[in-house]
Amino acid sequence: MNAPAPTKRSRTGTVRRPGDLAFSGASLGSAVLILLILAGVAFFLVMEALPALTAPGEEISGGEGFFHYVWPLVFGTVVASLIAMLLGTPVAIGIALFVSHYAPRRLGSAIGFVIDLLAAVPSVVFGMWGMAVFAPRLVPLYDWLDEHAGWVPFFGDASATGRTLMTASIVLAVMILPIVTSVSREVFLQTPRLHEEAALALGATKWEMIRTAVLPFGMPGVIGGTMLGLGRALGETMAVAIILSTGPFTWNLLGSGNSTIPAEIALNFPEASGLRLSELIAAGLVLFVITLAVNLFARWIVDRRAEFSGAN
Amino acid sequence: MSKRIDVKDLDIYYGDFHAVKDVTMTIEPRSVTAFIGPSGCGKSTFLRTLNRMHEVIPGGRVDGEVLMDGENLYGRNVDPVDVRRQVGMVFQRPNPFPTMSIKENVLAGVRLNSRRLSSAAADELAEKALRGANLWNEVKDRLDKPGSGLSGGQQQRLCIARAIAIQPEVLLMDEPCSALDPISTLAIEDLINDLKADYTVVIVTHNMQQAARVSDRTGFFNLEATGRPGELVEFDTTQAIFNNPSQRATEDYISGRFG
Repeated sequence: MNAPAPTKRSRTGTVRRPGDLAFSGASLGSAVLILLILAGVAFFLVMEALPALTAPGEEISGGEGFFHYVWPLVFGTVVASLIAMLLGTPVAIGIALFVSHYAPRRLGSAIGFVIDLLAAVPSVVFGMWGMAVFAPRLVPLYDWLDEHAGWVPFFGDASATGRTLMTASIVLAVMILPIVTSVSREVFLQTPRLHEEAALALGATKWEMIRTAVLPFGMPGVIGGTMLGLGRALGETMAVAIILSTGPFTWNLLGSGNSTIPAEIALNFPEASGLRLSELIAAGLVLFVITLAVNLFARWIVDRRAEFSGAN
Repeated sequence: MSKRIDVKDLDIYYGDFHAVKDVTMTIEPRSVTAFIGPSGCGKSTFLRTLNRMHEVIPGGRVDGEVLMDGENLYGRNVDPVDVRRQVGMVFQRPNPFPTMSIKENVLAGVRLNSRRLSSAAADELAEKALRGANLWNEVKDRLDKPGSGLSGGQQQRLCIARAIAIQPEVLLMDEPCSALDPISTLAIEDLINDLKADYTVVIVTHNMQQAARVSDRTGFFNLEATGRPGELVEFDTTQAIFNNPSQRATEDYISGRFG
């Protein structure tokens, strides 16, 4: 009898084929690699940030310690990203629903294509457009807000140039539109036809059908897309650095002032050295932690409803 | 509840495709009417025209009249949404909403009809509908669990509970047992027998024994060849269709010579 080439058997007796071994090894390797890279980045940030974190307060910029230095930047970063998310997400969901459920197919795919093009515009272009074209046109709106809603602490004296944290936030909202739209559109298109028909057969109007079947089914995906967008907004550097005329902390989002972590790093990194460099890297570490926390929070929200996700 | 349906000279089209031609029939209230026939003969398509669900498919349209107690479902001012609130539907595969609990699934249609429900009324309605679908005893302890955690047969009865919770006049069932095991099928067939006390039930089935077991009247659909429109070959009491059909094609089909 011509015996086949001996194959290795594991202790449980399953045959171990070389192709399977190579493939599982390769995928394990990729998974380990991403963990190593992440750990490496975290290690680098912590090591380089240590001097700034441990230095006496008076040696840090501003003279009152690292925390005092970094919190206005955190405020700027988080507020700009939140405003971008609040403004961008509803519009993105609207576009995604229009493309997936309302538009005739041709129009839908044309709009989808344009949205994807928006994602290909470099952020520096958004920055220049925001500074030169968009910011001046927002000034009348800011004046109006200042006049009629001035009691809101965020709406103070309007800047004459419009190069404010609010303008940066609005441009960020435009920048996160494509990713949130694209992810939402994909999950809305995945809604099983059976569920849509179930809603319609109960006498749902189109909007009610979307509310009962499409939106709940797509919610984990929309949250995922929003987090990708938020990640982009948190880390966006060029657009903010160009648009915002940075300055010290102020509650007033309509005037000059404030800054974000990425913009602060980008604007100061080239000339920084020694402790100043360490400060900037420590600011980067703070941004890293914020991003991580946001993603964990999103994951928690999605998992909380896993039982009802439709994946079973 | 429960109304009579008169279909007059109904032709169904999808775009340019003539799917079903010239159907005329009367569906009696408080009875079970079954449609049988080979795949692609248009019986499901015809069923969907009874609550205008065919319009969900792009290009779907009809010529002719469907009268429910004398009122044309295709009248000029009739909103398909209102039609579907009176004519409920159960699908081939169980389709409870995966994002809702068992109770919320039952109440989904009621909530759409934008009636405000007190929580006591909601509980009562959910119990009544679940009892009506013979499911109450199996799920009463886990009403807040997801509907997708039930077995296939239970899910299908949940869908029936959801359909009858809005108290329709007519209940359409499109091969409701085709994805179920024999025991679950039996449970659904028993349920259909109970439902006809209150509702006009119309069922499409691939299973001729099932049609013979549950229905009072049976319609046999057929098509001459692929690409040709389906048509209603014969419509009579179930007794007559299975024991003494008047058409040769019907006899061939039920005796298993084709299809």
